[in-house]
Amino acid sequence: MKLHEYQAKRVFAEAGIPTPDAKLAETVDAAVDAAEAIGYPVAIKAQVQVGGRGKAGGIKLVDDKAEAREAADEILGMDLKGYHVDRVLVEEAVDFTNELYVGVTMDRGEGKPVAMVSTRGGVNIEEVAAEDPDAIAREHIDPAFGMHPYQARKAVYDAGVDREVANDVAGVLSTLYDLWEARDGSDAEINPLMVTADDEVIAADAVMNIDGDALFRQPELAEMQEDAAEDDLEAKANDYGFDYVRLDGNVGIIGNGAGLVMTTLDLVDHYGGQPANFLDIGGGAKAERVTNALDMVFSDENVDAVVFNIFGGITRGDEVAQGINEALEAFDEIPKRVVVRLAGTNAEEGMEILNTDLVTVEKTLEDAVQRAVEYAEEDSA
Amino acid sequence: MSVLVDENTRVVVQGITGGEGKFHTEQMLDYGTNVVAGAVPGKGGQEVAGVPVYDTVDKAAREEDANAAVVFVPPAFAGDACFEALDAPVDLVVAITEGIPTQDMSKVYRKLQETDTHLVGPNCPGVITPGVAKLGILPGNIFSEGNVGFVSRSGTLTYQVVDSLTERGIGQTTAIGIGGDPIIGTDFIDALELFEQDPDTHAVVMCGEIGGEDEEEAAQYIAGNMDTPVVGFIAGRTAPPGKRMGHAGAIVSGSGTGTAQSKIDALEDAGTPVGDTPEEVADHVEDIL
Repeated sequence: MKLHEYQAKRVFAEAGIPTPDAKLAETVDAAVDAAEAIGYPVAIKAQVQVGGRGKAGGIKLVDDKAEAREAADEILGMDLKGYHVDRVLVEEAVDFTNELYVGVTMDRGEGKPVAMVSTRGGVNIEEVAAEDPDAIAREHIDPAFGMHPYQARKAVYDAGVDREVANDVAGVLSTLYDLWEARDGSDAEINPLMVTADDEVIAADAVMNIDGDALFRQPELAEMQEDAAEDDLEAKANDYGFDYVRLDGNVGIIGNGAGLVMTTLDLVDHYGGQPANFLDIGGGAKAERVTNALDMVFSDENVDAVVFNIFGGITRGDEVAQGINEALEAFDEIPKRVVVRLAGTNAEEGMEILNTDLVTVEKTLEDAVQRAVEYAEEDSA
Repeated sequence: MSVLVDENTRVVVQGITGGEGKFHTEQMLDYGTNVVAGAVPGKGGQEVAGVPVYDTVDKAAREEDANAAVVFVPPAFAGDACFEALDAPVDLVVAITEGIPTQDMSKVYRKLQETDTHLVGPNCPGVITPGVAKLGILPGNIFSEGNVGFVSRSGTLTYQVVDSLTERGIGQTTAIGIGGDPIIGTDFIDALELFEQDPDTHAVVMCGEIGGEDEEEAAQYIAGNMDTPVVGFIAGRTAPPGKRMGHAGAIVSGSGTGTAQSKIDALEDAGTPVGDTPEEVADHVEDIL
């Protein structure tokens, strides 16, 4: 789960990390009032969860009331890389001499947290990491002890941060780590952490992503969650609790388990078709989930045929088959042809009860995929 | 022969009184697994499927001489359950639970380094030595006894590829589902090492997927350390870039590795054939044996 910039800044500020004076606004008038109250120059920033907001016209620096009105009017309501902008953060523009990067994340390879500091802030840190990995100082943290103060100092000195601000930056990094740990962060980042002419440090941007599996113990953050889906189908997938990714092709794919669903996509491609989506109904799926999955794939206009691939372990083939029957019997006319392949737990029982007037049954994964690709070609012609 | 699990494996099931715990304890017993105890706080003294339940893993291990644990505990408590098993101690912990917070697993992983215990999972289907015992939720009927070691990050993909092998009469020594979570106990290299040391494993099938760099590292290990031939499979060739690869991973690794192609290339460079389909994996294994 991603927090918006304004939410992350609020969390950071409460913990004692300096942030610019700022107000959230949902209307042009409110944005102008906020700008007047804060004092110019201010930045007006679209609150959408997408990178590269500045380049896409979602961040504007303004010097007076007229400019503030114009900028707020332009940004509020704009479509930014597929996201509708309905709020802006109006923020004091910080006069800086230097831009740093600080971040904390989980290093999955090492199985432990890593704190990062770089003097190359203010730019795309992923590019820095790719082109010049040594420009980012990294310090691994023992999760049993947390970050020792010396480790924060070490990362800051290793990165080559100016001596005058080193202590303050180390303080920010320590606070960021503690927050990351206490709030079940997956990533926490400040980019840039601005250094002013007076050697103060201020978090000019804020990223805080929370481990979705830990939201049960972060009720305060869970409440901040807002629908960030790019399109209606992905929003629907969120409602149904599916792992879903929309793709460009015309063969709809439903299956259980990420590895097997990905393999089904790969096979569709292998046999000359184009996958329309990745849809994992997960383990132990029962009839209602099957109905919801078919609803998802049928409501995608690009889909010409569907392959339903289940290999049961925890999932039981007869329950899936029952779900497919119930879902399809509800239609007067089934909108797309469906190919089903069931294997594993209770697959034989499932095959027996599947209504073959409604679906095509294939015994192997290869046959099922090839049949669905054929159907998709016929139906798109 | 086998790795991790054999006829001497005595299992305690953590969370045995829950729906999944009970169902799969029965399945494990049916398969012949020596389930000797359950452990659920507050449920000591009960019995599930004829198996005595204790309040703690410690007591279950002492009273019933258990040396392995299977975790069917809900995600909020599963990290603690892993610690409990590691502290008992047992030789093998298989954590089935999906959705354990990553920071909890990071602490478990830290503890694991101080022990001699093998942890498999979490978020995995488990471990099976066909004809002997299974620890977890794998459907026993698709596996068969033989001489191919099997290791995979994905549960249902394991079933698919094992099914292709079994259909051709190619059996398995042991199959290990290591799980697809960001932090896992036993990884590809650990599993490959176990199979390399097992004289009865004549070939190994390794199923990976996009994300992370575990497969690339495993390829290096294969090239430098293995005489036993390995056949690979990588899921996610058609997955769109950026959808699953976390921002954080990219920063830490300092590059955009972790694609299906980079994993396939790494394995092929290590002399490991990679099947385009599950059937092709079986073809390669047939050629080797």
